[in-house]
Amino acid sequence: MTRRSALAFWLFVGPFAVGLLLFTVVPIGWSAYLSFFDARNTVTPSEFVGLANYIDTLTDRAFLDSLGTFTVFAALVVPTTVLLSLGLALLVDKVRVARAFVRSVFFLPFACSYVVASLVWKMSLFSGLDSGVANTVLGWFGGDPQAWIGTVDPPLYWVVLTTARLWLQLGFFMILFLAALQRIPRHLYEAAAVDGATPGWQTFRHVTLPGLRGALVAVVALNLINAYQAFDEFYNILGDARGYPPFARPPLVYLYYTSLGSGGQDLGRGSAGAVVLALVIALATLLSGRLFRRRA
Amino acid sequence: MSRVLRSVVLVMALVLFALPFVMLLRTALSGGWSVFADLFTDSDVPFARSLVNSSLVAVAQTVGQVVLCSLAGYGLARVPYRHAGKVLGVVVATLMVPTAVTFVPSFVVVSSLGWLSDFRGLIIPGLFSALNVFLFRQYFLDFPGELEEAGRLDGLSRWGVFWRIVAPNSAPFLAAIAVISFIGSWNQLLWPLIIAQDSSTWTVQVALSSLLTDQNPKVALLFAGAAVSIVPIVLVFVVLQRHLVRGVTETGLTG
Repeated sequence: MTRRSALAFWLFVGPFAVGLLLFTVVPIGWSAYLSFFDARNTVTPSEFVGLANYIDTLTDRAFLDSLGTFTVFAALVVPTTVLLSLGLALLVDKVRVARAFVRSVFFLPFACSYVVASLVWKMSLFSGLDSGVANTVLGWFGGDPQAWIGTVDPPLYWVVLTTARLWLQLGFFMILFLAALQRIPRHLYEAAAVDGATPGWQTFRHVTLPGLRGALVAVVALNLINAYQAFDEFYNILGDARGYPPFARPPLVYLYYTSLGSGGQDLGRGSAGAVVLALVIALATLLSGRLFRRRA
Repeated sequence: MSRVLRSVVLVMALVLFALPFVMLLRTALSGGWSVFADLFTDSDVPFARSLVNSSLVAVAQTVGQVVLCSLAGYGLARVPYRHAGKVLGVVVATLMVPTAVTFVPSFVVVSSLGWLSDFRGLIIPGLFSALNVFLFRQYFLDFPGELEEAGRLDGLSRWGVFWRIVAPNSAPFLAAIAVISFIGSWNQLLWPLIIAQDSSTWTVQVALSSLLTDQNPKVALLFAGAAVSIVPIVLVFVVLQRHLVRGVTETGLTG
């Protein structure tokens, strides 16, 4: 009976398990191996270099900058996403007419690709031309047209990158908050009213917000993970025919250009970078786990 | 907030959200309707080819992911096995490892298999989603056991029970995962960018991206391409939105 059960289990799980092994587990192992070798333009290196790739990565100013870029990006994107998607959810929750339509308008950008959004943001909304949408609006208020993307002083490209991501993902997080709002039991609101809480801030603070706690944690966590993996909008908005500028390279863009980009493939360095990034995440997960446990 | 103020904010937000779509169409049409024809005749741009490639990749990945991951999720949830816990442990562990860490190593494996600029390299590595397996497992844990029992009494094997009873009764959840997989696959950039090195295997996102970062891009043509590229996704979205919302809320990890 046990043997038949084992057979049945692997009949279901086997095909997936083989793929996971081959395309996730083996690559991670192989990459850890490559990180100790000189693996320029090869995947079967022969020269062992010890920790040289790690030392190169950790002393590479560009690598440390990439962690800084991620931090700035996360600091811009995470709070704005939480506030605005919650705001949208509260707004849509109160809508009585054409509710499905309203929800769809906010949710539809989620189905668009980062490439399409980058295109519209770079060449239409925030194009450096006087006729760009943002520059036209600035003009109405007497402001001077801005270059938006091609300059670091001031670093207005952050406005472009942040708003593009907000447009793409707010609808998704709005849906999460809407679902969480609808799970808050009605009787809690009635009880709050009986206890003398005024509708508005007091009710929100003492009934709605506690009910959204799980959703808030999920939104922050998903946002941080997504920001860590940002690639598409940076690559498409900031990159051009001359290549990618030396600034504003988040970790994935950094890795792409060191290990696979046009400057030749250095898979040893790339692998060492990947291992360091994995350790950073593991450390962050561990620390935040500690932090949450202490709070609770 | 007063009702009037709320309506004003809502309308402004709706306009802001619709604006990028309006600009997309307006800029595409600034070259007249003929740009849409140019897209498919301009020999510099393998646009028609890239649409076909994207369709192939997205459909194959959606079907493959749903079949492989639902089978594995069902096995993990409902087939008793001594080492099932360990297998689940491995699945959850890989779930925590983000793309930032795996894309260089996976590239190494795919290139040593000789799958660069090859549909196998574009499609196969993306089929094994640990996240989907985990979500399917959670879903199947709550599947009513009486339905399975009835199938067993009718003489079906476990395999038969899955295909004849469990899968048909889980259609809404399967559809939800399928919509999310399709959108993800159609929109992905990084993986096809490093794998499809030859322009004959470009997906539509790679084609658009290479036009966008090109010298002197043909703006109207580029916007027309982008507009065409979102048609399949908008269709899927409009027809299956119910499932998508359900998928996001059920899989959004907000429990």
